[in-house]
Amino acid sequence: MKGADIIVESLKKEKVEYMFGYPGGVVIPIFHALHNAPFKFILTRHEQGAVHAADGYARASGRVGVVIATSGPGATNCVTGIATAHLDSVPLVVFTGQVKREQIGNDAFQEVDSTGITRPITKHNYLVQDIADLSRIIKEAFYIASTGRPGPVLIDVPVDISNGEHRFSYPDTVNIRSYKPVYEGHQGQIRKACHLIETAKRPVIYAGGGVVISNASQELREFVKKTGIPVTTTLLGLGVYPETDPLALEMLGMHGTYYANHAVNESDVLIAVGARFDDRVTGKIAEFIPNAKVIHIDIDPASVSKTVKVDVPIVGDCKYVLAEMNKQIKAPEISAWIEEISVMKRDHPLTYEKNNGTSIKPQYVVEEIYRQTNGEAIICTEVGQNQMWAAQFYKYTEPRTFISSGGLGTMGYGFPAAIGAQLARPDRRVIDIAGDGSIQMNIQELIVAVQHRLPVLIAILNNGFLGMVRQWQQLFWEKRYSHTCIDFAPDFVKLAEAYGAAGFRIEKNEEVAPALRQALDITDRPIILDFRVSREENVYPMVPAGQSFKEIIMRELLA
Amino acid sequence: MKQYVISVKVENRFGVLARVAGLFSARGYNIDSLAVSATEQEDVSVMTIVVRGDDRVIEQVKKQLNKLIDVIKVSDHTCVPTVERELVLVKVTAPPVKRPEIYQLGEIFRADIADISNKTITLGVKGDPDHINNFIELLKPYGIKELMRTGRVSLLKE
Ligand SMILES: Cc1ncc(C[n+]2csc(CCOP(=O)(O)OP(=O)(O)O)c2C)c(N)n1
Repeated sequence: MKGADIIVESLKKEKVEYMFGYPGGVVIPIFHALHNAPFKFILTRHEQGAVHAADGYARASGRVGVVIATSGPGATNCVTGIATAHLDSVPLVVFTGQVKREQIGNDAFQEVDSTGITRPITKHNYLVQDIADLSRIIKEAFYIASTGRPGPVLIDVPVDISNGEHRFSYPDTVNIRSYKPVYEGHQGQIRKACHLIETAKRPVIYAGGGVVISNASQELREFVKKTGIPVTTTLLGLGVYPETDPLALEMLGMHGTYYANHAVNESDVLIAVGARFDDRVTGKIAEFIPNAKVIHIDIDPASVSKTVKVDVPIVGDCKYVLAEMNKQIKAPEISAWIEEISVMKRDHPLTYEKNNGTSIKPQYVVEEIYRQTNGEAIICTEVGQNQMWAAQFYKYTEPRTFISSGGLGTMGYGFPAAIGAQLARPDRRVIDIAGDGSIQMNIQELIVAVQHRLPVLIAILNNGFLGMVRQWQQLFWEKRYSHTCIDFAPDFVKLAEAYGAAGFRIEKNEEVAPALRQALDITDRPIILDFRVSREENVYPMVPAGQSFKEIIMRELLA
Repeated sequence: MKQYVISVKVENRFGVLARVAGLFSARGYNIDSLAVSATEQEDVSVMTIVVRGDDRVIEQVKKQLNKLIDVIKVSDHTCVPTVERELVLVKVTAPPVKRPEIYQLGEIFRADIADISNKTITLGVKGDPDHINNFIELLKPYGIKELMRTGRVSLLKE
């Protein structure tokens, strides 16, 4: 069998449903084989779009996203997508073509050192040097990508391997002696953690993307039910605990709620579950959680005690560990603490200055999206203010319904990711909450959504600025809006029409709800809603970068 | 900054060295010495890495090393009993009048005379790092023209 066919046969064994990619010289043999493959191929219009779409598919479905690109520029175009997946622990298998083995290292046409370039941004990568290894490598790649702390794996395939001949046999099992992820947490540590929690007076759960990845949302909910401990989540953890519940503190961190940040800071026991104490969460480390003992449950030992000292580390899968804790935990006596938190929630709600004229507040657009979708949509975001408002003003109640580039903060992620998510979840409405800057970074994928009749709704919160950067310039850089004004912009409605999508411009507050209703009625093509929002709206609360929670800015400081 | 000795057992495959070295270079750490060696198992190599840093960062690097798929085992040899060996080759200026002294020094350090020319002598010495440091110090007054150390290899004591 040809190497190219071995790849396709292996993907069939992995029960691949979708592959995303873009062709080129050295992958023509693989594309030749793909022509007859039983799984669906999504031809994006840029390799970055392919990787983000596979990533969105993976996050929405919990399965491995699969990508193929050619050598050289095809591979380098994948880099941002791979790094995005790496930082957010998303399982991907990315195939890149490579020049013939004998040409490697000769600066051959479209040759780059793809394994070298992607080494620090993949969980692992391979250069296939012997066709006899090909199927084993693919098997390992899927295994590595999807187990332990997941991540992207790249397989670089020289064209003479794709064209070579070998017998096909797919291994049943993987045996990598140096890679054995630990799933069950240490029993002694689990007991210790339970004791600590049972005597806590002001405990808080801080849940992250790891809870989504390990599908531990049910276990977490049960844990909260048993203990009555309030829950805050990270950006990537949104939805693991219903934000509509009284014990939900919603998001913490730089743009988190006052009560989440306050509760964490005042806590005596912080239970971190599948979260990694990112600097956007902790702010100034020296002043973070001055009085708390920390329990940290994470599958990645390297995440434990990386930035914050941990008292009870538990290395293991959140799902296993929480299930184990649920068997033995007893509720602590924390009614005073819960009372204090509910007062805080009442006194410092997440809010914004409601508009007094016809101008559209971006936060209101997000709230209206929440209302009209009954909170049942899958929300993807771009990066910037749009991302933070999407996180704050939509209430997430299920895991895998908020999809966003957290770690890398990649503008241009949301829309291609929404395409992948819509393919994974045809039963749900997928909405990309976008900025006018970010959406222009991968707008070429609009034609893909049109071609596949995907009703992805793009809600552009169009402020004519690179808003988040402008906000920093306003607050910390003398209001000098150096090169952040982008009101020299395309007509997004015409642009939608040019692609065969629907497009509407919304300029008045009272038009928001009807326009959304109209858009949600369209189910056979993508829709761009160009919301002209008030231009200098800021995201609050805000804990300035590198500062402690005490410096939180709650609202506009009127001069 | 403190010096650390880290011993990393790895799969004997291409690309592994770059992965390991990358974890140090990505943090701006300069490796003082690195010896990649065969072991009693044909498919396993061991890297002995000597590096300066602080506890927190080295702790993190060790965890990251453990995460590399090709890394089988990471051990920190910094604060535990080990046997260490290193080899040095030193080429010193050696006019005829100085030669007897240099020979004598070499004998004390169990050096072998690797090469002799009209103006120079090249000596090889093996031993633990202190032994080698001392040897180099004593040769300095004669004028060291060229020097090369292999980097140490380190085994845990039984
Ligand atoms: C690829 C990339 N380039 C630059 C940035 C830095 N950046 C972060 S937010 C932002 C502004 C985003 O503007 P827009 O998409 O219009 O969203 P808004 O903040 O206005 O909602 C920029 C430039 C980034 N995150 N990603």
